[in-house]
Formats: sequence, C-alpha cells, structure tokens
Amino acid sequence: MPSHPVLLPPRHYLNDGFGVKSWLLTRDHKRIALLYLAAVTVFFFIGGAFAVLIRLELATPAGDLVTDDTYNKLFTMHGVMLVFFFLIPGIPAVLGNFLVPLMIGAKDLAFPKINLASWYIFVIGGTFTMYAVVTGGLDTGWTFYTPFSTMSSTSAVVPAAIGIFITGFSSILTGLNFIVTIHRMRAPGLTWFRLPLFIWSHYAASLIMVLGTPVVAVTIVLVAADRIFSFGIFDPNRGGDPVLFQHLFWFYSHPAVYIMILPAMGVISELVAAFCRKQIFGYTFVAFASLGIAVLGFLVWGHHMFVAGQSVYAALIFSFLSFLVAIPSAVKVFNWTATMYKGSISWDTPMLYAIGFIGLFTVGGLTGLFLAAVGLDVHVTDTYFIVAHFHYIMVGGTIMAYLGGLHYWWPKISGRMYNELAAKVGAVIIFFGFNLTFFPQFILGYLGMPRRYHAYPPEFQVLNVLSSAGASILGVGYLIPMVYLAWSLRYGKIVGANPWGAVGLEWTTTSPPPTENFAEAPVVTWDAYDYPTQVEGHVV
Amino acid sequence: MWSGTPLFPVSASTMAPRVDALYFFLVGLTAFFSLLIGSLIVYYAVRFRRRAPDAIGARIEGGAVLEITWTVVPLVIVMGIFVWGASVFFAMSRPPDDALNVYVVGKQWMWKFQHLSGVREINELHVPVGRPVKLVMTSEDVIHDVFVPGFRVKADVIPGRYTQIWFEPTRTGRYHLFCAEYCGTRHSGMVGEVIVMEPDEFQAWVAGGRAEGSLASEGAKLFRDLACNTCHRPVAQGRGPVLEGLFGRTVTLEGGGTAVVDEAYIREAIVDPGARVAQGFRPVMPTYQGIVTEDGLLQLIEYVKSLRDEDRR
Ligand code: HEC
Ligand SMILES: [Cu+2]
Ligand SMILES: [Cu+2]
Repeated sequence: MPSHPVLLPPRHYLNDGFGVKSWLLTRDHKRIALLYLAAVTVFFFIGGAFAVLIRLELATPAGDLVTDDTYNKLFTMHGVMLVFFFLIPGIPAVLGNFLVPLMIGAKDLAFPKINLASWYIFVIGGTFTMYAVVTGGLDTGWTFYTPFSTMSSTSAVVPAAIGIFITGFSSILTGLNFIVTIHRMRAPGLTWFRLPLFIWSHYAASLIMVLGTPVVAVTIVLVAADRIFSFGIFDPNRGGDPVLFQHLFWFYSHPAVYIMILPAMGVISELVAAFCRKQIFGYTFVAFASLGIAVLGFLVWGHHMFVAGQSVYAALIFSFLSFLVAIPSAVKVFNWTATMYKGSISWDTPMLYAIGFIGLFTVGGLTGLFLAAVGLDVHVTDTYFIVAHFHYIMVGGTIMAYLGGLHYWWPKISGRMYNELAAKVGAVIIFFGFNLTFFPQFILGYLGMPRRYHAYPPEFQVLNVLSSAGASILGVGYLIPMVYLAWSLRYGKIVGANPWGAVGLEWTTTSPPPTENFAEAPVVTWDAYDYPTQVEGHVV
Repeated sequence: MWSGTPLFPVSASTMAPRVDALYFFLVGLTAFFSLLIGSLIVYYAVRFRRRAPDAIGARIEGGAVLEITWTVVPLVIVMGIFVWGASVFFAMSRPPDDALNVYVVGKQWMWKFQHLSGVREINELHVPVGRPVKLVMTSEDVIHDVFVPGFRVKADVIPGRYTQIWFEPTRTGRYHLFCAEYCGTRHSGMVGEVIVMEPDEFQAWVAGGRAEGSLASEGAKLFRDLACNTCHRPVAQGRGPVLEGLFGRTVTLEGGGTAVVDEAYIREAIVDPGARVAQGFRPVMPTYQGIVTEDGLLQLIEYVKSLRDEDRR
C-alpha cells in the first residue's frame, strides 16, 4: 500500500451531476444499476418482512397469530416479491448492469435509453403489485395455479397479474440489452474465450430472459382474461384444462430458476478467481456449462408436475432430463473447488460468501436429485422438503452470491471500503442463521409436513421452532450489511482503482469509474484471470 | 421436548420401504459429496491461504482428464438414480387388479370417500390392512392433493378428471391424510385420517355403516331417474349404445380412432358426450354437466361397470 493517502478521482460517475433529475433521467448504466439497487433492496426487505411473519405464525402448531386468509396472503406475497422483484432482477439488473460494460471495455450498454426504460417498467410493475398487496392482497401462491386463481380466489389477482406482466418486460429488455452489448461492444482483442465467466453466465441468463419471459407474460394474461371475461380456458366445466396452466407456467418458471442462479454462478467464478488470484480451472468447461444449463433448463418443466396427473412416460422423460441438467452444475462446483487448489487464497468477506455459496449450493443441488427421482419426488413434492431445497438454491445460492458480489465490487461502485470486521461477522451470522432456518425443513418435509400450511400437527413443532429461531438470526444477519455499507458511503476508507489486486478490465479504471468508464478505450491482449503477467501493474 | 418429535415418518405401506431405501441412498450420497466438497474448500482455504499481500496462485489451467472424470462419474451415478426412481414410480402407478376401489371427491375444504358397499365417510377413510386399496379421485372445485406420508403416496385431485393412487397398508393404526396442493382459505384444515383395521374389524365396520345401498345400486336408481334408460337399453335397438359389458372394452370412435373404456371415458361420455362419439351413433346424447354431482357421476360409473355382457338381451 502506498504511504500517501489515496483520494477519490476528481471526476467520476457519482459526481457527474447532482440532484434528482441527474439520477432519474440518467442513461449511465452505473447509475441505473444503483437505481435498481435501491428498488430491489426495498422489495427484498418487504419480502423478508412477510417471511418474518410466516415464521412467527409457524412457531406454534395452531393457526393463532393471523387468520387463514392472512397467512395465505403472507406466503404468496413473500414468494411474489422475492421471486419476481428480487431474485430474478437482483444480480443481472444491479451487478450485471454495473459490470457488463466495464468488464468488456465498453462505454455503456448498447441501448442506454432502453436500459433506463427497463428500470421504470420495473418500478411501475412493482408499484402495481404493491397496490395489489395493500388493496386486498393476493392469496394464490406465487404460482397462480388455476382454477383456484381464475375461479376461486377473491383476492387482487388481476392487479398483481398486471404488475408481474409489466415487470416481465423490464426483464426482457435487460436481457436483450446484454445480448446485443456482449455481441457488439467488446473491446478490441476481447474474444469470446477471453471473456470473464461473469459475462458468459449473464449471456446464458439473458437468453432465458428473452425466450422464456414472454411465455409467462402470456400465461398471466390468460389468467387475468379468464377472471375478467370468464373465457374458461382453465375451467374444466367449459372444456378448459386447469393443468394446461401448469405447463405454461413452469415452461418459464423452471428456466427462471436459472435466471436466478446462472448470474450467481458468474459472480462466484469471479470471486473464486480474484481471491485465489488464479485462472479458473477448466474455464471453457465452466463457460459451456452455463450454456448447457440454459438449453437443458427449457426441457425439464414437467418435473414440477409428477403428481399432477401426468402420463408415466412423460414423467420418465422429464425425470431423465432433470438428472442431465444436474451435470453442468456439478461440473461448475468441481471446477471452483479445483481452482482453490494451490491458489493464493485470501479470507476477505467476498471469499467467505463464495465459500458459503459453494457449500450451500452443493447441498441444494444434491437435494434436487431427490426431487428428480420420480418415485421419491411423489413423497417429498409439495412438502417442506421442496421448500428447503429451493431455499438452499435461492437463498443459500443466489443471495449469498449477490452479497458476495456486492462486497467485492463495492469499492468499485462507491470508491470506498466497508468495515471488514463487521462484514465478516455479518457473513458468519447469515451462514449460521440460514442453515438453522432451512435444514430442519428437510426433515419436516420427509416427515410429511405439507407446504403452505397455516396450522400443522403438534409433533412438527420442535423442528418448526428451530426454523423460526434460525429465521430471526438470518433476519438480523441481513440488516448488518445494510448498516455498514451505508456507513462506508461516507466514512469508508478511500481505496484506489484495484484494492483486491484482481485482474479484469473493471479494475483497470478508477474507483468509482468515470461516466464513460475508461479514460482510454482498452485493448485486450490477455486471457481472463491472467494473473502472473498482470497483477503487478494493477496492485495499488 | 424431543420425545414427541419424530425425525422420520412411520412406514406403513408396502411402498414405504422402497421409497425409504432410495431416500437413504440419496442422503448418503448427499452427505458424501457435501462433506467432500466442504472439507476440500475449507482445507484449501487454510492450506493455501495467502501469506504475502501480493502473492499469486499457481498457474494451473485445467485438465481434460479431470473434467471428463467429473462429468462422467456423476452422469453414471445420476443415471443409476434415474432408473431406481423410475422403477419405484412404475410400481406406484400400477395398481394391482384385486385392489379395493374407493372413490374420493375433494372439495373446499373436505374429503368425501365412497366405498363400493355404499358406505360414505368424510375426512376419514377406513381400510383393511394387507389389502391393496385404489383411490379414484376427482375434485368438485379447485385442485387438491391426497397425501398420506405414512404410505409415501400422493397425487393431485383435479376437477374434470380422475387421478388415482394405490397403497397396501402393512400396519394397523391411524395415519395423517393431508391436502398437499394449496386450495385456498382452509387448505391446512383439509386434513383427515386413514384408519387401517384388521380385516375382520373392517368387515364389521362396513356392516355397521349406514349404507343406503351399494354404489352400483345407487347408480341404477340415478340411471332411471335421469332417463338414461330411454336411450341405453340392454338390447341393440336403443338410440344409444348397449352399455352392458362396455367397461374395459376398446371402442371404435366416429371419425376413426379407438378408446379404452375406463372410469375417465365414462365420465366424459356423460358430461361431454360430444367429445368422443361411439361409431355408428349420432351425437344425440345430452350433456349432464351440472346436472349430476361428482358423487352421482361416480355412482353412475360404478353402475355401468356392474353391467356385464351376460345382462344383454
Ligand atoms: C337421448 C339419448 C341418450 C340419453 C338420454 C343418454 N345417452 Fe348416453 N349415449 C347416447 C348416444 C347416442 C351415445 C353414442 C354417441 C356418443 O358417444 O355420444 C351415447 C354414449 C354413451 C356412453 C358411451 C358408450 C360408448 O360405447 O362409447 C355412455 C357411457 C353413456 N352414453 C352413458 C349415459 C348415461 C349414464 C346417461 C344418463 C345420465 C345417458 N348416457 C343418457 C344417447 C343417450
Ligand atoms: Cu423446475
Ligand atoms: Cu389444499
């Protein structure tokens, strides 16, 4: 470290214009990323607050804290908020938006105005959905299963559906923007196989956003239309088919799982490389694993419907394909682990999150095999086992990666460093709280406790109490980063361009970067994570 | 506090041990790989921790042999699990021929069971031990799901069609029956019990039930009340096909194609007669959608099933 104090660069994207207008009309991808950060953080804490109430209710077997209908609305809104308004946009729209141009040496995304429009669409969609929350709420489950959602529910299905429909467009536009940007705007010399794996995984996720989101949008419209005009598309009494909805819904919503996890995997590849100061083991295998997941991910939706009257043979095909899609994920885990071998491993906070991710994602992925095995899925589907499984992937995986990435790039985003000790404590609390919350749910699920139950038989109480205790620890854990990250914005130590001694184009420009990202357009002559030839030049 | 807290469900059907075996195998596999990966990353993180601020990792780019190994080995393992899971599932989806039929109708938020003997029960299902039982299920409103954890069986109960599960209880006792598909306000109250009894106790229970008549005879009554018999007669001159001996047969349809007559076919013939028209007949049969209840449909089906070839005249 140099002895003279490091100063913020005189000109950077944060001081390039002040006031509300300079933010709300910005076309700078970095500022738009921060707008998204603000929006998804709000939705994260709203969704989290619902979870707190759910876990409080489940601390006792009787449904005594809130009414049936309120409970049903709580878990529905928890799912809707966190899936559609946090997990799907989280990493791509915040970290992806900030980093895709920086990592490929571009000035901005290909369509800056569309990028800003996507944020407005997101906020409008979110507002609509929040309107549904406050005027009657939604009680269909985030899955909107028909004919309950079309014929039986008396809650605000139509406003919520419109909200989600609108939000879908922000996802489509972001995906489109990334695809075009990655194709057309890479710096001279930055060939496909020199791209950071973060870019590969965002590319794969963008394909899903563009190809899958329209299907769920249409499906949601059909639900709203069935409610308003009574078309009977999903009404068996008028020749409709309620299970058709599930096919359409999962055709998108299974790939959507990969919209949530692929960008997270990209973050983890960056973290592992940076904190081991090492080339990712099997770079091309990891890159193609992302594409493999994106393609196979479109062919496995039927595994959500093994008990929904599917034919035996359809179930077998979906089971087979679901096992196949597990392989690329396994390949990634093995490659991250192998990367650590003979690395120069630092224990900075982002790496703690990366290690947590690998462990939890491994458990989440392996428990997915239970669900892909048809004969076993019959018993565990629609129970707490599946709840535990997907929270290991979504919370243990995606949110861990999101937080890890946020910490890693925080000095780039803000120009300042957070308090390392507070951050480490926070990471450990989150890891511990997470496992205490969700591990007991595997046991509950195999015991047979169904999901979405407001009241449950008394013999399940002890495990539920453990889970609720874990949730309160987890909740505190999530508040800690809020505090020290906000604090660091003003009081954090100013860092230079490259505080981690990492390679990657984003670390070659100032922290925070100037609005146009690079003083001089970069030319790339090296591979991703090319440590030995690069690092001296960039360590501050 | 822990004494009343089971960590593993009771195993009370012939299917339960088969599902549990696969479960234990997967638990072992999960434990093995999680511990392997977990200990490797922790070990590496300690062993190769950064010792100098500007230290750099060794230059290792990857190796094709390793990549192929850790692609192929998991592939072989998961294919094994696939076959295992599929074989369990096959067994689950093939009810034995001698299974005892019970009809189930789900509605918000209760379960109605009808035994062939005509005995009806609500939220309780009595069955004999050691005898396969097949549930033929439908819903009057939204999708529900019959789940008996002790038997390791579950299937959605879907309006407008029949789904089925079967199980063979191996121990007497009372077992939870849950609705496992979210169905609205009282979803978590849509629970009941399966009561498994010794066969002789079960017989006594059936005899004591206040059955008005067997399911088929109830169906016969409906068949007359709804004037089905004006068109469907045991002789071939009727306006509709002879129903005697129909069940289980393969019928030829108007416009080509065939269909095997099962419960779902008969249901469709009654509520949506135009959907599949038997060859040689005009589609004159009126729809009974909304006229017959789901319970009534099941009685009619049971009546049609009871009509044997020998009853033709
Ligand atoms: C107006 C005359 C008429 C009445 C009343 C009628 N059906 Fe039918 N039914 C037909 C005709 C004609 C067909 C064959 C054409 C078709 O499949 O729609 C038929 C077909 C069927 C079939 C399928 C037989 C096959 O071989 O495919 C069943 C089962 C059936 N009816 C049951 C009933 C029941 C139960 C009722 C009373 C609730 C009933 N029908 C009332 C005329 C009638
Ligand atoms: Cu899926
Ligand atoms: Cu239910």
